[in-house]
Amino acid sequence: MTTVEKDPVTGRQTTGHEWDGIRELNTPLPRWWILVFWVCVLWSAGMWLLMPSWPLRNSFTVGLLGYSSRAALEQDLATQAVERALWRERLVSLPAEAVEADPELLTYARAGGRIAFEENCAPCHGVGGVGAFGYPTLADDEWLWGGTLAEIEQTIKFGARSGNPQGHVSEMPRFGADGILTPDQIEQVAHYVLTLADRAPKPDLPGATLFAENCAVCHGESGEGNSMVGAPPLNNQIWLYASKLTNQSPEVRAAEIQATVIRQVTRPRHGAMPAWSERLDPGTIRMLAVYVHTLGGGR
Amino acid sequence: MSGTPLYAKSETIHPRSVKGRFRRWKFALLALLLSWWHLAPFLRWDRGAGAPDQAILIDMTGRRAYFFALEIWPQEIYYLTGILVVSAIALFLISALYGRVWCGFLCWQTIYTDLFVQVERLVIGDRARRITFDRAPWSPGKLARKAAVHLIWLILAAACGVSFTLYFGNAPTMLPALLTGREEAAVYGAVAVVGGLCYLLAGFAREQVCLYMCPYSRFQAAMFDEHSLIVGYEPWRGEPRGYWRRGQSFEGRGHCLDCRMCVAVCPTGIDIRDGSQLGCIGCGLCIDACDAMMDRAGLPRGLVAWDSIASQAARAAGAPARHRLVRPRTLVYGAILTVSVGLIGWSLSARTTTELTVLHERALLYVRLSDGSIRNGYVLKVQNMVRRDRWFDLSVQGLDHPRLSVIGGGPPLKVASDSVGSFTVFVTANAANATGRRLPLTFLLRDQADGREIRTDSLFVGPDR
Repeated sequence: MTTVEKDPVTGRQTTGHEWDGIRELNTPLPRWWILVFWVCVLWSAGMWLLMPSWPLRNSFTVGLLGYSSRAALEQDLATQAVERALWRERLVSLPAEAVEADPELLTYARAGGRIAFEENCAPCHGVGGVGAFGYPTLADDEWLWGGTLAEIEQTIKFGARSGNPQGHVSEMPRFGADGILTPDQIEQVAHYVLTLADRAPKPDLPGATLFAENCAVCHGESGEGNSMVGAPPLNNQIWLYASKLTNQSPEVRAAEIQATVIRQVTRPRHGAMPAWSERLDPGTIRMLAVYVHTLGGGR
Repeated sequence: MSGTPLYAKSETIHPRSVKGRFRRWKFALLALLLSWWHLAPFLRWDRGAGAPDQAILIDMTGRRAYFFALEIWPQEIYYLTGILVVSAIALFLISALYGRVWCGFLCWQTIYTDLFVQVERLVIGDRARRITFDRAPWSPGKLARKAAVHLIWLILAAACGVSFTLYFGNAPTMLPALLTGREEAAVYGAVAVVGGLCYLLAGFAREQVCLYMCPYSRFQAAMFDEHSLIVGYEPWRGEPRGYWRRGQSFEGRGHCLDCRMCVAVCPTGIDIRDGSQLGCIGCGLCIDACDAMMDRAGLPRGLVAWDSIASQAARAAGAPARHRLVRPRTLVYGAILTVSVGLIGWSLSARTTTELTVLHERALLYVRLSDGSIRNGYVLKVQNMVRRDRWFDLSVQGLDHPRLSVIGGGPPLKVASDSVGSFTVFVTANAANATGRRLPLTFLLRDQADGREIRTDSLFVGPDR
């Protein structure tokens, strides 16, 4: 039942629809609205002509202005690369120490280094150089291969056991697996190493002699380590192959460290790090070196 | 409610020009406020070398707002909140005391609508001329006048937009650059938006803004009571209204001559004799119009008057008018206003020129060093809100024998003038002293020049025990 009738109150026509006695007035759209609508239609027609719009079978209509968001992005990136190149030039042309001495360059290198670190290094070393089981903490002051700015940069460039001819290489003998030491002797050495770690070495322990004969050549008489051969210091509580848990009781912790040392002496693990000069440009490596050096433990 | 139209078709209102004290006030305020709006960006204020010398400036790229001696940093945006609160309360108070003073005399919409109507009056003529002009068929003459009106409107609107942008840049250099097309597209965009809104709102929307768009006109009735001053018609004196010829007696009839002058001059086109209503913006022009007619009829002024409902009622009853400014409502508004102004003033006077923010390193809560000591990392942000370089001594409290080191060297920490210095600071404590998971730690920053100290609390994290 669609009977269009005149509404007595407003004098307008109704649409003829009725819902439970409620009828709808036929109110035309305002003229300004119609005008805006047609202007928008014209506008979109103009945009079709000027801008990329209609998809074709294998391409699209390019538009008279020839705009492409991809080209615009590429141009932005190129502009950015030119600006960055100026900074990289300064970073690389100066000695690394001079970069750290210049507040502006230091800020730039640490900011850029942080991004590069999170993209490339954090998967192993953790965000902020927090480290993980088997991956050294970079924020502390123990360094396998040296903690000066130059040494850090060298390690980043060529890696460790990376296959790069300039990379760090060293191998700890497999004292247990190759029968150099008996399991009993290894346990004695581990016992002595624990006293070294507590900085209270007991020279009368049977392990002391074994340590002096077998380990001290690389790890030092008092376990101070030797970064020339990547031998970590043993006279502290920083352990590469122990858990990073901190809430263990002293007894549990001591047992874990002892097990770690026994495991490592019997059949050593050797970490590897890629040579990043094969993947990153010198500017990025310089920024990474500065960033890692200023994480707090740099020498 | 039968007979009330469901739809109100908007009809162009052509207010008649009128002379009188309210009209003079409105012209004076229009001139004063528009001059201030257009000239204020050119006021200078010396802040020393390297700082902008514009008295009122919102520097978006530099992230500063300047208001004479005051320089506001982005994080102090709460001052803007304070200003808005004070403005709102002041509006409440003024509404409770004197009615819609803001709407009638001070509001942008009122002032620009008034200005645009004056343009129409000068180009086309007064109310009667404009009504016939509107109805007349199109002719070259009509087209020319219409074009002239819109051209002047557009110039005024563009000037409004231009002045708006001048608050965001150095006005004396920005204005010539803007007029000669050397400014950025964004500036012209701002001129187009602000100017376009001015043109639309003052040229076309006019009283519709007050009736349908403005929230203030809706809720201010809540601020009124019977002692608030409003523009009102006194029916006890005016009714029964009727046409009057010179020499006729007013015996047995009201004083309203039914000349409809009050309706003709009204910028929102209402009839004040219907009583206080939403459409009345309280501009008082109907008072001017009615007073002129009362003078001509030899009757006392004030048939339409700016008065309170209470005194109208008192007069109707023959009692002396009683108008009270001091009432519980105005006392409460006044007290809130005093408190908020006092709070802003207090916070401005106690405003520090240095701020120290300490962010504890999160990626690594603490580091155990090879000698067993525990190290925590922090990023310190030192805001130097003064226009000179400053050096600060840094120390920490809460730990025994802490060792401090700053990446890049220091302390002392140097913070350049009017900037934020960011420093990576390491605090190291012996294992024996890092006796808990979280120890309170306080950073102390001491200005080397005047010895003033700033403290910020943080914490020192150690291993579980």
